[in-house]
Amino acid sequence: MLRPFKLHEPTSVDDAVSLLGRFGEEAKVYCGGTELLLAMKEGLLRYNHLVNIKTIPGLDEVGYDQGSGMLSIGATVTHTALEHSPQIQSHFPMIAEAEGNVANVRVRNVGTIGGNLCFSEPHSDPGAFLLLFDTQVEIQGPGGQRTIPLAELTLGPFETCLEDDEVLTRILVPQFPQGMTGAYLKFGYHARPTLGVGVSVRVEPTTSDGEHIERAVVTEVRVAVGSAGPKAVRVAEAEQLLMGKTVAELLPGSNGGESSNMNEASRLAGRAADAMDDIHGSGEYKEHMIGVFLKRAFAKAVNTRQPTVQSPLS
Amino acid sequence: MAINETQRPDIDRIPVSLTVNGRTVTDNVPPELTLLDFLRDWLGLKGAKRSCDLQVCGACTVLVNGRAVSSCTFLAFEARNAEVTTIEGLAQNGELHPLQQSFIDNAAFQCGFCTPGMILAAKSLLDQNHHPNEEEIRAYMKGNICRCTGYKKIVEAIVAAANGD
Repeated sequence: MLRPFKLHEPTSVDDAVSLLGRFGEEAKVYCGGTELLLAMKEGLLRYNHLVNIKTIPGLDEVGYDQGSGMLSIGATVTHTALEHSPQIQSHFPMIAEAEGNVANVRVRNVGTIGGNLCFSEPHSDPGAFLLLFDTQVEIQGPGGQRTIPLAELTLGPFETCLEDDEVLTRILVPQFPQGMTGAYLKFGYHARPTLGVGVSVRVEPTTSDGEHIERAVVTEVRVAVGSAGPKAVRVAEAEQLLMGKTVAELLPGSNGGESSNMNEASRLAGRAADAMDDIHGSGEYKEHMIGVFLKRAFAKAVNTRQPTVQSPLS
Repeated sequence: MAINETQRPDIDRIPVSLTVNGRTVTDNVPPELTLLDFLRDWLGLKGAKRSCDLQVCGACTVLVNGRAVSSCTFLAFEARNAEVTTIEGLAQNGELHPLQQSFIDNAAFQCGFCTPGMILAAKSLLDQNHHPNEEEIRAYMKGNICRCTGYKKIVEAIVAAANGD
């Protein structure tokens, strides 16, 4: 049962910021409600004022600038809108596919990307796969606007660096460097993934037929893990172990071999996830499975011409 | 201090006008009223069911402008100016909707508790994709849970309805 609250529907971000400033801790931004309302129904969160930012013009827009390769997503864009956006489907197919696998269709129809990132549920897929893109977020407060890396937004479970009177307005996603491909794999039997592993990689020389890919050298690589621990993280130590190695050195599995660098990267990625025991499994199990999925995500990323994701096992 | 419903001024209510199964409904709703409570308790439409109350099971599925939503966690005021469709709105002139008939013909339910949500979710799928394959049906319907039939009959019923069988 939801306790009574007062709804405010500002028509500008400035008005939203001033409402949030006036009511302080008694107010919260309402931006879809698929997670906030659950916590309020359970009495875990109590707010006397909700500030609906979905009525603010422009925040529901997706824009792509061909020249700079920058994708700009308004905070109130729903997961369904991202999944079906022609611009995202053609320029960021990995995001379109991953968004099509968030929760279930009813949540995707209502839940928004801004709400998802600001609620900082640790099992958020966007919070993990957007780290592969060096994503930035625009935040507006009483003192004006600031832009910070997505990695700095989330402090931990259900906790961000946003002040009470700040609103996340846009998510800025730069295109992968030329030649980079990516894959985001998630694993779990429930709507919330047990773990998510993303890898994007650029190898040289690039091959069009994929036949000589094993001789190619990793020239750039990004590793992100999420859902298993308190927040999604990039794993620089794992990335360093993969840099400069050939694909054959890192994926000798077809010849029955093992790669010490890949094994160590997998171990570090599992460790970096800071996996927690919960109903989805023990921390130890998740740590191990992150290593398994890092290898799979890496293999998938180097073997794909288009960035792809794999559906969860559900 | 918490807001108390009895001391709440009328001004806090939100005027809404929407259509529910084609009928225009105009009212003033408190912001915390869910669409599920609005449909069941205010309008007496009991087809949508409350089950998990967490947007996981799909028993409360209704369509808002053709899109499936979990009415248990969807605020009624958000349906303003929208077209809401519940299971009660599918039959026309005493004739069952093809999906309803197909669920009967294919024995796609036992207790029936999940059926309104299943049929409405299937309707939103078929309205977007007239002939989905089985994989697409399973991917789309994975958010609707049935504890009786095991899904095979449900998928068959949707395929049959899509094929006009």
